[in-house]
Amino acid sequence: MSTLTDPPKEQFQLSMLVNDTRYRSLTFQAIAALVLALAIWYLGNNLIQNLRAAGLNISYNFLGDPSGYDINQRLVEYDSQSSHARAALVGVLNTLLVSVLACITATIFGVIAGVLRLSNNWLVSKLMAVYVEIFRNIPVLIWIIIIFTIMTAVMPGPREFRGDNATSSMVLDLFAFTNRGVYIPMPWFETGLFASATMNWLLVIATLVGSFFVMRKVENNATKTQEETGIRPNTKWIALGVWLVPLVLLLFLMGLSWEVPALKGFNFSGGIKIGGPLIALWFALSIYTGAFIAENVRAGIQAINKGQTEAAAALGLRPGRIMNLVVLPQALRVIIPPLISNFLNITKNSSLAIAVGYADITATLGGITLNQTGRAIECVLLLMLFYLTASLTISMVMNVYNASVKLKER
Amino acid sequence: MSDTHAQTVAFVRETEIPPAPPPGRETGVYKWMRENLFSSIPNSVLTIVALALIYSLLSGTLPWLLNGVWNTSSLQECREVLDGQVGACFSVLTERWNQLLYGFKYPIDPAYESPFMQYWRPNLALLLLLIALAPVLFFDLPRKLLAFTAVYPFIAFWLIWGGSILVPIVALLGFVAAGVVFQKYGKGSFAVGFFGGILAAIVVWNVGGFLIPEGASENAMLAAVPSRDLGGFMLNMMLGVTCVSLSVPLGIALALGRQSTMPLIKWICVVFIEFVRGVPLITLLFVASVMLSYFFPPDATVDLFLRVVIMITLFSSAYIAEVIRGGLAALPNGQYEAADSLGLDYPQAMRLIILPQALKISIPGIVNVAVGLFKDTTLVSVISMFDLVGMIRGPILASTEWNGVYWELLGFAAFLFFVVCYGISQYSQWLERRLATDHR
Repeated sequence: MSTLTDPPKEQFQLSMLVNDTRYRSLTFQAIAALVLALAIWYLGNNLIQNLRAAGLNISYNFLGDPSGYDINQRLVEYDSQSSHARAALVGVLNTLLVSVLACITATIFGVIAGVLRLSNNWLVSKLMAVYVEIFRNIPVLIWIIIIFTIMTAVMPGPREFRGDNATSSMVLDLFAFTNRGVYIPMPWFETGLFASATMNWLLVIATLVGSFFVMRKVENNATKTQEETGIRPNTKWIALGVWLVPLVLLLFLMGLSWEVPALKGFNFSGGIKIGGPLIALWFALSIYTGAFIAENVRAGIQAINKGQTEAAAALGLRPGRIMNLVVLPQALRVIIPPLISNFLNITKNSSLAIAVGYADITATLGGITLNQTGRAIECVLLLMLFYLTASLTISMVMNVYNASVKLKER
Repeated sequence: MSDTHAQTVAFVRETEIPPAPPPGRETGVYKWMRENLFSSIPNSVLTIVALALIYSLLSGTLPWLLNGVWNTSSLQECREVLDGQVGACFSVLTERWNQLLYGFKYPIDPAYESPFMQYWRPNLALLLLLIALAPVLFFDLPRKLLAFTAVYPFIAFWLIWGGSILVPIVALLGFVAAGVVFQKYGKGSFAVGFFGGILAAIVVWNVGGFLIPEGASENAMLAAVPSRDLGGFMLNMMLGVTCVSLSVPLGIALALGRQSTMPLIKWICVVFIEFVRGVPLITLLFVASVMLSYFFPPDATVDLFLRVVIMITLFSSAYIAEVIRGGLAALPNGQYEAADSLGLDYPQAMRLIILPQALKISIPGIVNVAVGLFKDTTLVSVISMFDLVGMIRGPILASTEWNGVYWELLGFAAFLFFVVCYGISQYSQWLERRLATDHR
């Protein structure tokens, strides 16, 4: 009988760190860590020396100092006595405002252009191809400048609206397109239930949210009935009632009225003013990114097997229902991932606001604040931190959505 | 029986009836229009709307384009020539073309009469660029042309920046030395060859730096040009070409690093890629213009062009790394296993088996990144570099002669970018068809 003995224990030798694949990765990582540490030490050392030579230090105290500059386009209270942090907040809100607006309109443009590009109509599909090619191949900065120039150099000045022989007039007597911005009517409440306008608007939003939940309940019930009996009850009129009745009642109760912009002296007053830079940025980002989204939408629809459409037609579905029930739900899976990255691009490209003087975070924190305080490192770091957070948040939210529409396989 | 029967038939056709022409509404233009433009009522409405749109676009721009004035020296003169009519003042292009293309400070060569020849240095560099790019873009050309591509960066550097010819020669010699060392020792062990090559290059550059005499740039054959004098569309082209070509190798390294099984290396690459992709290019350009100089040694002066090249290269390498990672992920696992079973080590497997296939898949994506990067080079105008957009918004629109000429200049810029970007994307589509070796 022979007994099993352990194989002789291998002696660890230094050469195994290079020659043995089991240990070699450790060597490489140790070298990488060393190089990384050296690089960080070198850069940090340079930084400290340079800062000492320039008599600077890293400190974020400047954020509390009064900023001393004005911002035209703002969503929250702000004046030149407010702090730099407040200016940065105005910038953050402006960035978010233009990004959200541009994401919505870019999606609309993109879906329309993408669907029309697949149209049977030769002229329309060629026109959309030209749109996509022209807008994709010219830098977005040039588009922003072109539209900004239209807004400032081509639009009439307010004084051209004045007098008996005015050369310009308001569209429908409601909208004024001037070189200082676009004026649109502003809704307000004469007999609001709350003293502050914000609370009244929140009430309106709450009503809409309530209607949404009631409507979802109704739809669920309809689906249940359909599953039991095979016949779906008509919910069109209920939907109309649920959405409209509470809203109209509430608005009537609070006395909704519109403040129409009017020419007073040398400028328009009243209504909501949308500044030229915001419109330039918003519109340019929308049409530029819309061209990219159009290509994604086209690719997504074309990726759906023709058999799917034919099978749906064989089941007796009408073309509209084929699109809604069969093609689009499948195409969405292909369209959404690139759509996410296009939304990210819009958010990042909104930093080009600085080229037309729209006060987004890059223009306030990375522009005027940086120049006034000379705190380059702090400002740029904060700026990067904001964009990084925004990008990661958007991609996280959209990934959750993406996972919810993903193909459910066994 | 059959005979008699045959006689009762008066007429038997022996040839086929020639096909009748289709009805008028089923042929030619009429049919095409009915099928493609007016097949249904919504379609007809769309067609009419599209026609109205095209008409309004053309009627707005065509008179302006065709009635253009090409030979005046200021906007005022141009308006006098137009005399109230609609028309473009293209004379801003004929007068300022050199500023738009080369920037307003690039030195001209007074030895030549024609204004085109006065800029022979950048022009020659562009021509040579096309020759150098040809073997990279078209695989059918003889591979020996790649030798020229390898020398091109040094020739172009000398042509555009001028100064002593010794500088690019020493730089080239460093690379040659690195190549020789790698050839000699790289066969045995990749790492030895690689690091030995780097060491050899550094030695050659340092020795060469001592050999170049102090005032060599002053009275050189080509006048030295400081980087801040570069501008116009040339600057966009230079940034685009340099940064794309530098970021491809860096992107490959990052993509391989992200795939690595070594956790430390993997996480360094992941953090770098995600960080760069999460911030806009403009913040990185801010870093280049206001922050990067803090990280260099106190006595080093790294000029803005180089700092911008560094930041844009880092930016695009992260995007290229993601494209290449897609290519690597698309390869079936069998390829990796086959390479392993042949006994190839990691560098060999990557160089001979994995990367050639992965890069082939990722070429269209890389070209897309390149087009996007080229468009993004216009952002340098924000940190006050005078590229094409910077020239238009800065010196030209601010000059008294041409204050107010927007559309001609912006249209020209848009046209230049469109031609280049559309050309590249058409090339990419052609390449994609060329490379589709499956499903023949």
